[in-house]
Amino acid sequence: MLAFTLRRAIQAIGVMIAVGIIAFAMFRFAGDPVSQLVAIDASSAERAQIRQSLGLDDPFIVQFGRYLFDAAQFKFGVSYQFRQPVSDLLKERMPATLELAVCATILALFFGIIMGVFSALRRDSLMAKLFQMVSLIGISLPTFLIGILLIYLFSVTLGWLPSFGRGDVVKLGWWSTGLLTLSGWKALIMPSITLGLFQMTLIMRLVRAEMLEVLRTDYIRFARARGLTTRAIHFGHALRNTLVPVITVVGLQFGSVIAFSIITEQVFQWPGMGLLFVQAVQNVDIPIMAAYLMMVSLIFVTINLVVDILYTVVDPRLRATISRPA
Amino acid sequence: MTAPVLSVRNLQVEFETRRGTLRAIDGVSYDIAKGEVLGVVGESGAGKSVTGLAVIGLIDRPGRISGGEILLSGLRIDNLPPEEMRKVRGKRIGMIFQDPLTSLNPLYRVGDQIIETIKTHTSLTDQQARKRAIDLLAEVGIPAPEKRIDGYPHEFSGGMRQRVVIALALCAEPELIIADEPTTALDVSVQAQIISLIKRLGRDHGTAVMLVTHDMGVIAETCDRVAVMYAGRVAEIGPVQEVIKNPLHPYAKGLMGAIPTLAGEDKRLVQIPGSMPRLSAIPPGCSFNPRCSFAFDRCRIDRPEPLRQGTQAVACHLYDRATETAA
Repeated sequence: MLAFTLRRAIQAIGVMIAVGIIAFAMFRFAGDPVSQLVAIDASSAERAQIRQSLGLDDPFIVQFGRYLFDAAQFKFGVSYQFRQPVSDLLKERMPATLELAVCATILALFFGIIMGVFSALRRDSLMAKLFQMVSLIGISLPTFLIGILLIYLFSVTLGWLPSFGRGDVVKLGWWSTGLLTLSGWKALIMPSITLGLFQMTLIMRLVRAEMLEVLRTDYIRFARARGLTTRAIHFGHALRNTLVPVITVVGLQFGSVIAFSIITEQVFQWPGMGLLFVQAVQNVDIPIMAAYLMMVSLIFVTINLVVDILYTVVDPRLRATISRPA
Repeated sequence: MTAPVLSVRNLQVEFETRRGTLRAIDGVSYDIAKGEVLGVVGESGAGKSVTGLAVIGLIDRPGRISGGEILLSGLRIDNLPPEEMRKVRGKRIGMIFQDPLTSLNPLYRVGDQIIETIKTHTSLTDQQARKRAIDLLAEVGIPAPEKRIDGYPHEFSGGMRQRVVIALALCAEPELIIADEPTTALDVSVQAQIISLIKRLGRDHGTAVMLVTHDMGVIAETCDRVAVMYAGRVAEIGPVQEVIKNPLHPYAKGLMGAIPTLAGEDKRLVQIPGSMPRLSAIPPGCSFNPRCSFAFDRCRIDRPEPLRQGTQAVACHLYDRATETAA
C-alpha cells in the first residue's frame, strides 16, 4: 500500500515537471516581458539592466531550473500588472475559489446521488422522468446562461440574493472565509448552484445508470433470495457498488470544477483565482497565468492520487491487486 | 400424513412481452416431502429455473404467477404480500444460485454477509450471529472458519464460494432449499463435493431440497425423486431409479438414452431429433409431438394430463390409450 502510494506520488511529480515546462514555455512564447515591464521611453541600457536583474539573459535550462525550484516553494515571481508576488495574489484568491468549488461539489454530490438513486429505483415514476428532464437541461445549458438566469430571477426580480461578490468575509489567519457570515452564505448560493449544476446532472445520470446495472447483478438477486430488507439491498449492497465509479468521476470533476470556475467567477464577479486568471489573460500577465496553470495541475494531480487511494478503501479487490502488483 | 414441505399445484407463470403473453410454466404440479430431494431436469428453457424462482417469489416483472398455488408446509405463499414473502425468503426457503463467483457481493466480507442474513431473520446479537456464522462456515466445510469469516469473496475459490453461498442459504434453518444448477459453474471434482454437501445437509437438517439441474449424473446420485420438464410442463415425475431405468415418457426415454454408460456397449447414443419449441410457438396438444416418434393424431390435438403409472406419473397419451384398450 505504501509502495503503491509512493509510486503514484513519483508519477505525480513527473506530471508536475511536465506542466512546469509548459508553464515556463509561456514566458518564452508570449513576447518579451521586459517590454511590458518598462516605460515606453526606457533606454536600451535600462532594458538590459532589468533583463539582467531578472535573470532573463541566462540560458534556458538555468532559467527553467530556477523557475521550477521557485515554483516548488510556491514562488511564482511578480505579477506584471499588480507588482505583487503572484503567490500572495493566489493565496488571497484561493480561499474564495476553493470554498465555491467545495460547496458546489457537495451540492452536486448530495442531490446527484439522491436523484440518481431515486430515478433508478422508481424508474417509471413521474418524479424520475422529471429528474431526467432537469438533468438534460443541466447538461445542455451553458454555465453562464444558468448564472445569468439565476441572477435575473433571484437578484433582479425577487431581490433575495446578491448578484455579485462574496459578501462579508472573516479572516482566519491568511484564509478568508465567507462561511461565517450570513451575507457570505447568501452570496455563495447562486454561484454554487451555477457551478454545481452540471456536475449534479452528471452524477445523477451516472448513479442512475450504475445503479440499474448493479440491481441486475446476481449478488443483488441472491441478496433478495436471502430475504434481506429492500432498504438493506438498495442502500447497502447496491449503492456501495454504485459508488466506485462515482468516486472516480467526482474526483476528476473536482479538478474541472476548480478550473471551470473561471466562467462562474466571471458571471458573479467572484473574487477567486478564476477571475484573477481572466484578468491576467486580458493583461498578458504571464506569471499569474503560469502560476494558475501550475496550481490547477497540482490540484488535479493531488485529487487523482486521493481517488486512487480512496478506491482501495471502497473496493477490497483492489487492495489485493495493489499489495501484490503483477 | 403430514403436509409436504412444498406443494406446487397447477402452477402457471406468464411473461408479458410486446409480442404477447408467453407462458413459461404451464400447469406444473409436484410435492416435496420433508428431507426429500427432488431433482428437476430438462433442457435449457424448459422452465426449471423459473419454477424455482416462482416458489421463492422472485419472478420479476414482466413475469408473473398467473395461476395455480404454492403451499409451504400447507400454507399458501404465492399470494403473500411482498413484505411477508420477504420474511419467507431466506428464513423458510433458502436458495442457491448457479454461479458462486457472482452470487456474493464483492465489496463485503463473507462474514458480514452471513451475519447480516442471520440478523435479518433471527433476534441474535452481533456476537451470537458471528458465532453462528463461524459454525455455519465450519459445517459447509470451510477450513479455519474463524479466520476465513473476515475474508472477502475474491479471496475464496469457486468451490469455497459455493460453500459460502450454501452457508448463506442455511442461515435460518430453512425448511426448503432451492438449488438452481449449483454445480454447473464448478470443476467436476468440486461438483461432487458440493453435491454430497447438499445431500448431507439436507439429510442432517431434514431439509427438503429442490435441485434444478440438467446433469442427469447429479440427479442419479443425489435425488430421491425426479421431475422431467419439457416446454414448461412436467413430462414425467417419479422415483429417480424408476425414471432412469424405466422412463415412460418418450422425451424421458430420449433423455436417458442420451446418457453415456461405462458398461462398454458399443452403441451410439440416442439423439432426440429437433429442438424444444420456443415459448411463442408451442404446438397444440402435446408440446413434444413434433419430435416424438410415437406421436399419433390425438397427440396433436389433446394436451395430455399426468397419469399415474405405478410410482411414476407421466403426461403422455400412449399410456392413456393403453388403459383404454385394456378396459
